[in-house]
Amino acid sequence: MFNKIQKFILFDILKNRIVIAYTLLLAVLAWSVFSLEDDSNKGVLTLLNIVLLTTPLVSIIFTTIYLYNSAEFIELLLSQPVRRSKIWAGLFLGLFFSLGLSFMIGAGIPILLFVAGRTAFILLVMGILITAIFVSLGFLCTILARDKARGIGIAILLWLYFSLLFDGLVLFLLFQFADYPIEKVMVVVSALNPIDLARIFIILQLDVSAMLGYTGAIFKDFFGTGLGAVLGFLLLCLWAVIPYLISRRLFIRKDL
Amino acid sequence: MDGTFPLIESMRYLISISFRFGLILLHSFVFVQLTIAATYSVGTGYPFTSIKAAIDIATAGDTVMVYGGVYAEGNIIIAKSISLIGRDWPVLDGQHKYEVLSVKADHVLITGFKIQFSGHASLDDPCGIKVYDSQYVDIIGNELNDNFFGIYLQYSKDCIIRDNKIHSSGTEEQQIGNGIHCWKSDSLQIIGNTISGHRDGIYFEFVKNSVIWRNISHDNIRYGLHFMFSNDDAYITNYFHHNGAGVAVMFTNGVKMFNNTFKDNWGDAAYGLLLKEISDSYIFNNKFIGNTSGIFMEGTNRIQVEKNIFKDNGWGMKIQASCMDNEISRNNFVRNTFDVSTNGTLVLNTFDHNYWDEYEGYDLNKDSIGDIPYRPLSLFSVIVEKNPPTMLLYRSFIVTLLDRSEKMIPTLTPDNFIDEVPSMQAIPL
Amino acid sequence: MIDIQHISKQFGKFQVLKDVNLTCAPGQCIALIGPNGCGKTTLIKSILGMVIPTSGTILFNGKNIASDYHYRHQIGYMPQKGRYPDNMTIGQVIDMIKDIRNTKSELDEELIDAFRLNDIMDKKMMNLSGGTTQKVSASLAFLFNPDVLILDEPTAGLDPLAAEILKEKIIAENKKGKLIFITSHLLSELDDLVTDVVLMQEGDIRFHMSTSLLKEQTNTTSLAKAITYILKRDHVQ
Repeated sequence: MFNKIQKFILFDILKNRIVIAYTLLLAVLAWSVFSLEDDSNKGVLTLLNIVLLTTPLVSIIFTTIYLYNSAEFIELLLSQPVRRSKIWAGLFLGLFFSLGLSFMIGAGIPILLFVAGRTAFILLVMGILITAIFVSLGFLCTILARDKARGIGIAILLWLYFSLLFDGLVLFLLFQFADYPIEKVMVVVSALNPIDLARIFIILQLDVSAMLGYTGAIFKDFFGTGLGAVLGFLLLCLWAVIPYLISRRLFIRKDL
Repeated sequence: MDGTFPLIESMRYLISISFRFGLILLHSFVFVQLTIAATYSVGTGYPFTSIKAAIDIATAGDTVMVYGGVYAEGNIIIAKSISLIGRDWPVLDGQHKYEVLSVKADHVLITGFKIQFSGHASLDDPCGIKVYDSQYVDIIGNELNDNFFGIYLQYSKDCIIRDNKIHSSGTEEQQIGNGIHCWKSDSLQIIGNTISGHRDGIYFEFVKNSVIWRNISHDNIRYGLHFMFSNDDAYITNYFHHNGAGVAVMFTNGVKMFNNTFKDNWGDAAYGLLLKEISDSYIFNNKFIGNTSGIFMEGTNRIQVEKNIFKDNGWGMKIQASCMDNEISRNNFVRNTFDVSTNGTLVLNTFDHNYWDEYEGYDLNKDSIGDIPYRPLSLFSVIVEKNPPTMLLYRSFIVTLLDRSEKMIPTLTPDNFIDEVPSMQAIPL
Repeated sequence: MIDIQHISKQFGKFQVLKDVNLTCAPGQCIALIGPNGCGKTTLIKSILGMVIPTSGTILFNGKNIASDYHYRHQIGYMPQKGRYPDNMTIGQVIDMIKDIRNTKSELDEELIDAFRLNDIMDKKMMNLSGGTTQKVSASLAFLFNPDVLILDEPTAGLDPLAAEILKEKIIAENKKGKLIFITSHLLSELDDLVTDVVLMQEGDIRFHMSTSLLKEQTNTTSLAKAITYILKRDHVQ
């Protein structure tokens, strides 16, 4: 039954002006990056920065705002004979599919046209995973704060944390513990930030020579092997699933 | 050594032959050699079955012609000025015990052999071919497989090593020597060889006035070319790729490095070209592509680095603080993760007229030179230099932010690390 | 039909419902009235399962609603302020709810026709006026022929004509034996509709009695006057 909710939500969001603007933005950026850079690898790196900034931001903020604006609609759905978990799942899938589709259309098409097979594949998978993760975090923001302004505030803070503050903290720690062999610890630490994880995944596809310092070697040993790649991928999946599951648990018990 | 005797002997021999045939002494030397010097053939169905036996009989100027087959005769010593010529790729097998060929005379030619399985003892460095204290030895067109050392020259002069294929498939570094190893020699020509799988592809120590030209050295365990205490040499148009640590040129002055390609030397301690304690040398028109570091300089003085291409390297150039008065001009820096980095704060080297693909300046007066200077040193490269694990943050938002702000208001990077006249277009190379 | 037993609800320190008991039978049309913040909405939401009571149980046809959401097949709900996804059309909203309820019983499209929604099925929800949105909400509540109707301020925002149509519909359905809950501030509107009155105050039910009995006891002719009378009497005491 839930896939019906999801279908209608998907139609609704695909016609949303912000989502259309997001798709166009990605498309304009991707096309211009690839047509200005004669080298596709460099294009990928430029696009990587854009994707790792905008995709999380748009995903988390849009999800949060959409959910707050849908409060009354969610109430109406709740008065219908449907399990709460199905409503939540329908909303999640609707949001994830539509934002994922935006990414695929906006960034995916130029990526597939300009970038070689394996790199393109990883880039797309990472884009989709990042979308899922930040939609999922958006669900958590919404459920944690009853107040809309506060919820959006939390969403922006989370985004800021994952794309900037966390790395600042890592930089700080690296210098604080410069005398200790903490590279391996940092591999674990990086797993605590999905944006870092996605970035490292993609960079391992590209700038191998640069990453092959000692740190790079450790990362390559870990994420470059089959087991490490699978583990990293699973970690990203966990990042997408766990915030959603927490939000679902809270939603099921929530008074509306 | 018996270096001079064979020569006098052969002269006497020639004179006697000339008399016997009623010809005058001034008759063409070549003609005499071609028609008169003896040729001893070795192989199944030929007068000799043993190379050693044929060499025993031969005298200076003679030729020992060896036909196809496997010859496992232990250590073969050539102590006469003879030509040892292989036909149909005869195999000289050292059975993992012996030095295969030892040359102990001047004017020796070795060509057309497959030489394999020399011994491995590290005490006396057994080789495929070893030249002891000789001049005018030509080793041309041989194939050397799985020898401890491939070709080894010591105290030699005016020798030519040309068009040989030298390969080792060993895996442990202690069991693998160098491909072409030259020690305390002078005026050598190393030309057109292909060397792979050895410890160092080509090794020079105390070798002077020599040239290394058109060789391909790849997939060696340590260096493609290893150069120490060897002044006034040139290496030109060689191709070094996929070597464990690239190419090292150390403790030397007056080296000319022209037109070589250094490619795909990856690893924590891998360099396209490692320069250590080098001075007064000239690096011109080379290509450094896809190396962890294109050029790594340490204690390097008065070197000109001109018209080279640095492309797709982790670091285009790493210039340590111990370098002085080097001039880096008219090079192309393209798609390197970091174009240049340094560990110091004081910069005593100059950059001019280089093309930097990251340059974002403009050229209003259309003189093809950027109107604002370029600072090739990014803040992040300085950070990584101080704390390598920060590489973790490569391409992250925070790093982009830091680099941008540093470019606008330089605070942490050295002031004078600057190309005042950056080229707007790539220099055509 | 609906049996509310010892329901309490606490939001933080704030006790919204205090041990509420209420029994409703088919054929009743109950006006749920009381000042703002008295717990009307919370009570309704408890019946709909949107709010989960701190303690107590609600039985729907004898079954505890906490364990099973299927009872909501028999409820039609019209929210006070309907808001729908911006880019859905009226038609899509109706289709979606149809899809979700997935009933095989016959649909009651009387209100859709009466409100002439068929002419504007392709309009996006974001472009509708508040009144039209209310019409959509009302139509949805009655569409599936539910046994129980819960209407939160149903006539607020409707034009007089539409309000009249809705009132007639409520009366008609009530006569068919359906149980109807209405909350409204406009007591005068409720006069000819309701059979019973539930007055709530500070999270508790003051009383639950039929309108006729209420008027009789207070010696008044209209509901509005009766309630005013009671509130004044309380004040004096």
